Amino acid sequence: MHELSIAMSIIDVVSEEATRRKARVDAVHLKVGVLSGVVADALQFSYEMACQDTPLQGSRLVIEEVPIVVYCSRCQAERTLDSMQLFCCPACGTPSGDLRHGKELEVVALEIQ
Amino acid sequence: MTSPEPRLVEVRKNILKQNDLTARALRTRFRGAGVFVVSLVSSPGSGKTTFLEKTLTSLRPRYRVAALVGDLATENDATRLARSQAPVKQIITGTLCHLEAAMVEKAVAEAEWNLNDLDFLFIENVGNLVCPSSYDLGEDLRMVLLSVTEGEDKPLKYPTIFNSADVAVITKNDLAAAVEFDSKAALRNIQAVRPGMKVFQVSAKTGAGLDDYLQFLAQRLTELRSTTSV
Repeated sequence: MHELSIAMSIIDVVSEEATRRKARVDAVHLKVGVLSGVVADALQFSYEMACQDTPLQGSRLVIEEVPIVVYCSRCQAERTLDSMQLFCCPACGTPSGDLRHGKELEVVALEIQ
Repeated sequence: MTSPEPRLVEVRKNILKQNDLTARALRTRFRGAGVFVVSLVSSPGSGKTTFLEKTLTSLRPRYRVAALVGDLATENDATRLARSQAPVKQIITGTLCHLEAAMVEKAVAEAEWNLNDLDFLFIENVGNLVCPSSYDLGEDLRMVLLSVTEGEDKPLKYPTIFNSADVAVITKNDLAAAVEFDSKAALRNIQAVRPGMKVFQVSAKTGAGLDDYLQFLAQRLTELRSTTSV
């Protein structure tokens, strides 16, 4: 469980941005890759807890999960994987470790006023 | 007075920006000093400390080595590793389940090692197959350890950490027969979650398989020096 550390990092990043914009934050939109090592539910829970007594208290976390996308050298195309247990092109079966998406852990937007 | 309408503004910020910046600065420092940095991750009890002690002892006649070792509590591992005669510094994380780049930075400063006097620096992470995967520590190489007593399907259960590592080491091979470890299945599972991953099968107890692994490290150090030297 390192989601609390992650939640605190989100608060740091967002607070900095909110102060810069002199805005109040209603919601924080995140992209969380399947391979980021972060569990969305645990992050929601930790975020709520970590926000208490901060200017972000009451703000929502909107998490978009990003699937694993690899580049298949045989198809010469990016392919989305169904499973994190099998890094093979779903179309032709060629193994690929050429990761293009799935490790994201970023704030992408803020709902502010 | 009515409150203004909420609006959506785009921001692209890496959540672990601070850690990544610290890790990047560390990597630049390590490379500048010509020290090759290896981190070790695994579940508790996979033999990280024994394997690292063996690594330090084997490298020490020819190379200048040092190690940082992370644990929730106790200095037991540092005491064990100190038997290799290599400089060792314990990082006690308290309740934290993983190492972060800032902890490595602080430990390196406190240890007062001159990085220019080192060839290899090893960083043993806290025993945990989940949390360490998210944090860059500024290392050149991340090794994930899997002991034969843990079972062949560990890579399938923890694909994220295997995917974040560069090399896998199967440890305690002297026990493989006793626990009916299916080596082929383990290798297949590693390749399924991380195609092309280099794997070493070793026994720190008997020394089997260590030569290839030590040669690999020496090779990587040579490569690092050839790319950083002018």
